[in-house]
Amino acid sequence: MKLKAVIGLEIHIQVNRAKSKMFCGCPANYRDAPPNTNICPVCLGLPGSLPVPNKEVIRKAVMLSLALGSRLNNHVVFVRKHYFYPDLPKGYQISQHRGPGMAPIAVGGSLEIEGDLGAKIVRIRRIGVEEDPAKITYPYGDPVKSPYSLIDYNRSGVPLIEVVTEPDLSSGKEARSFVEKLLTLVDHLGICDPDLEGAFRVDVNISINGGERVEIKNIGSIRDMEKAINYEVIRQSALLMGGGVVKRETRHWDPIKGVTIVSRHKEFEEEYRYFPDPDLPATPLSKEMIEEIRISMPELPWHRAERYVKSYGLSQYTAKVLVSRKVLSEFFEETIKIYSDASKVADLLINDFLGIVNSRGRSFNIVKARPQHIAKLLTMLDRGIISIKIAKMILERVVINGEDPEEIVMREGLIVISDEAELEALAERVIRENPKAVEDAKKNPKAINYLVGQVMKLTGGKADPQKISYIIRKKLGISANSSLQ
Amino acid sequence: MRSVNLINRPIHEVLEYIRGSPELLIEYLYRLYERIERYEKILRGFITIRPSEEVIREAVEANREGKALAGIPIAVKDNISTAGLRTTCGSAILKDYIPPYDATVVERLKRAGSVVIGKTNMDEFAMGSTTETSFFGPSRNPWDLSRVPGGSSGGSAVAVSAYLSPASLGSDTGGSVRNPAAYTATFGYKPTYGVLSRYGLIAYASSLDQIGLITRDSVDAALLLEYIVGEDPMDPTSLDLKVSGFYRIALNMGEKTDFPNASLIAIKEMWEGVEEDIYKVVMSAIDKLVSSGFSYDEVSVPEIRYALPAYYVLAFAEASSNLARYGIPIYGLKEDPMNLPWDEYYSKVRSMGFGREVKRRIMLGSYILSAGYYEQYYLKALKVRRVLRDKLLPFLRRGYIVSPTMPVKPPRLGEAIEDPIKLYAMDIETVVPNLIGSPAISVVAGFTGSLPVGLQIIGPPMGDKDLILIGRAAEIIVGYYNMSPQI
Repeated sequence: MKLKAVIGLEIHIQVNRAKSKMFCGCPANYRDAPPNTNICPVCLGLPGSLPVPNKEVIRKAVMLSLALGSRLNNHVVFVRKHYFYPDLPKGYQISQHRGPGMAPIAVGGSLEIEGDLGAKIVRIRRIGVEEDPAKITYPYGDPVKSPYSLIDYNRSGVPLIEVVTEPDLSSGKEARSFVEKLLTLVDHLGICDPDLEGAFRVDVNISINGGERVEIKNIGSIRDMEKAINYEVIRQSALLMGGGVVKRETRHWDPIKGVTIVSRHKEFEEEYRYFPDPDLPATPLSKEMIEEIRISMPELPWHRAERYVKSYGLSQYTAKVLVSRKVLSEFFEETIKIYSDASKVADLLINDFLGIVNSRGRSFNIVKARPQHIAKLLTMLDRGIISIKIAKMILERVVINGEDPEEIVMREGLIVISDEAELEALAERVIRENPKAVEDAKKNPKAINYLVGQVMKLTGGKADPQKISYIIRKKLGISANSSLQ
Repeated sequence: MRSVNLINRPIHEVLEYIRGSPELLIEYLYRLYERIERYEKILRGFITIRPSEEVIREAVEANREGKALAGIPIAVKDNISTAGLRTTCGSAILKDYIPPYDATVVERLKRAGSVVIGKTNMDEFAMGSTTETSFFGPSRNPWDLSRVPGGSSGGSAVAVSAYLSPASLGSDTGGSVRNPAAYTATFGYKPTYGVLSRYGLIAYASSLDQIGLITRDSVDAALLLEYIVGEDPMDPTSLDLKVSGFYRIALNMGEKTDFPNASLIAIKEMWEGVEEDIYKVVMSAIDKLVSSGFSYDEVSVPEIRYALPAYYVLAFAEASSNLARYGIPIYGLKEDPMNLPWDEYYSKVRSMGFGREVKRRIMLGSYILSAGYYEQYYLKALKVRRVLRDKLLPFLRRGYIVSPTMPVKPPRLGEAIEDPIKLYAMDIETVVPNLIGSPAISVVAGFTGSLPVGLQIIGPPMGDKDLILIGRAAEIIVGYYNMSPQI
């Protein structure tokens, strides 16, 4: 039996780059505020308060719709979605919905991803704008173990854009590929910094071989989403192969145990009593407004990547990694204005630079380096002022602390030792002190690297390893051709 | 300093005396508090009365600062948010709720030098037409203590009618300002939807709710309007009506005899089921207007019979949604949430906090909005609303629609409240302007026995100024305004 997974995603993207919340003037950035201080009568849903739509967010949703080729509705219509939960101060969430007298901001559209069997078009079902509920925390981590729960309304009313796909995905890997590309897009459109805590949440709908659909709700990271899908594919397949049936249910992902678990909520037919919000009359979205937004749109990441390939001769892969985050591509472009060898800049950024960022939680917010610093570093390398080893050694301080590489090199005396006599003396000392390694090197030219390493160590990395290798080979009488250096 | 009894004067006259005279203002306020002391325990117009020292201090300060309203007190319906002053909506669920902010209209009145004297009684969440569904007990009609003052802004009308406050803010979703105005011989004005900001008005049915004024006469409404109109960035449904200089026109109209030459239009279906004595009183008022040069004709709009059901479908649906927020443990009635799942917690608080009529409307509204019925009821009601607008707006382009404000006399206490159908049917005349967004007023048409009768006049959307001037003309021609009950 060949099992085929059918997967659709609902991705809630926090518009964390907006200035204010969706329907009031409180800052959209709630992360630095002490609990329940980033609030007002509107986002607390106090009696008598009224919502005022955030036009900036509507513009951004229009941009995203245009980028995905979705069909925009001619009006912006907000609806009320009702349910009782303490994270929802009004007893309803202001959202968008498809139904009689109601429509989301856009429907249709698509995003092309690298699928398991080559390029794949993933169709978009709809794009909607809504408000984030408050945040509930359980003091002992788990609702069952905690005697009480705490509600922080700082997040209440933060703008969200919801993107719902058609069930066009077939694996966890494809889902990852889709979400990564979507996050790159919203990053470039100035909608969302995907690397902030809580920047997005994914609900996964998954069924196997046309069986019942299972929803996995509220997954907060791409890695967890991929794992949850992989787990669910195996769970459902095993059930089916054993002659069982998959039940239609809502589950959630337990990242610690690495399994999906049936949600404890009572299973009942969802009755949200959607209707158009009478406090927010439908506002027209005219052709002129849409055109004006289209013209003011920033360059899309895939156009940017294409430009990098064409103008700078970068590989598709390098270009794609460079545009994976807007700040990275901007950093790249700023740097090559000062230092013209684009591929050297690109290599440094996507390998060493990105490695440093990723090892520290993937957020570019920690980057203090300026493009001039990277340009200086590369220039010093080119001129042989520093060795590659020194460059790598000080890069972290340049990136994280924002230190000027020239100053580090000068202050700490990290300039390459170019005095041949000094290097020869060091080489002789290493040869003398390591007779065993010398023997090895004579038998196997690869082993010379150990000796080179010892010399580099003595110089504190301030030498050109190739030059040292040359000196040692000369001294041991090994042919340069046999070197695998 | 001479002593003047200003208690029975409209604000535009009181201001002449108290501007620049804190002594007269203080005397005036003392007399108001004297009356409150004497009559309030019988009338029950207020839910909260502010201490006289506080009100007098603030009023005198506004007076000394030379502010336009010179410390004139105003009574505010208890569903309009007042910072630091308990705002209950007539409900147990909000009985201890103290808002941290002022409604836009309250803020604007304060800025103009008016002082809130207290919060007036009302049907719970404005759901009622008699002020009997209030958690704090009913108010009584100063013209007949065995009868209701109408509702839901009953307390606001009682306060003005019995000289406990010179003017009041009310709210009007389907007649809640005009109904009690008619029953207490006061002037009731419901503006065009959007003319007064709803920010801070605790919602009953958002697409129908408007803050309105209950005053001694139309000139006072014109005067107060100047200080509270204007688009509000906090209310996306608010509109910008320019009224500068309008009050002067209304004030000077009394001196003139050339009243606007307007057409009055009666829609036959709005006169069906009207009690005979009311019919006579209102018709004789219209006759007087016609004798003074107004034209009059009768038309038929059969769709009017769908107005009441459509109104109630929309109002209940919106109410069920607007009232979904109560039970949240941030404000209002709270219970110990320990060991209760959230749904049970909500259920407990809401069961205890809401009265019967409110529960009835929430249940019906939830039903109306549920899947399947939404199209059948809610969308159908919206369609009726559109049809009515399309039918009625052409008439309002050439004239003013007139009708009795209330088809029946004020019920005796307890008489209507047990019968929801009878209660809802009282609103048949007043729901029409709310459905089409029009402004409407109630002026005194006359009396049947000791009971006042109201004439409702409906104008075109944004035609508020002309409508109030027509109201002024009607007051002068018909001859009943600034009336005093014998309590």
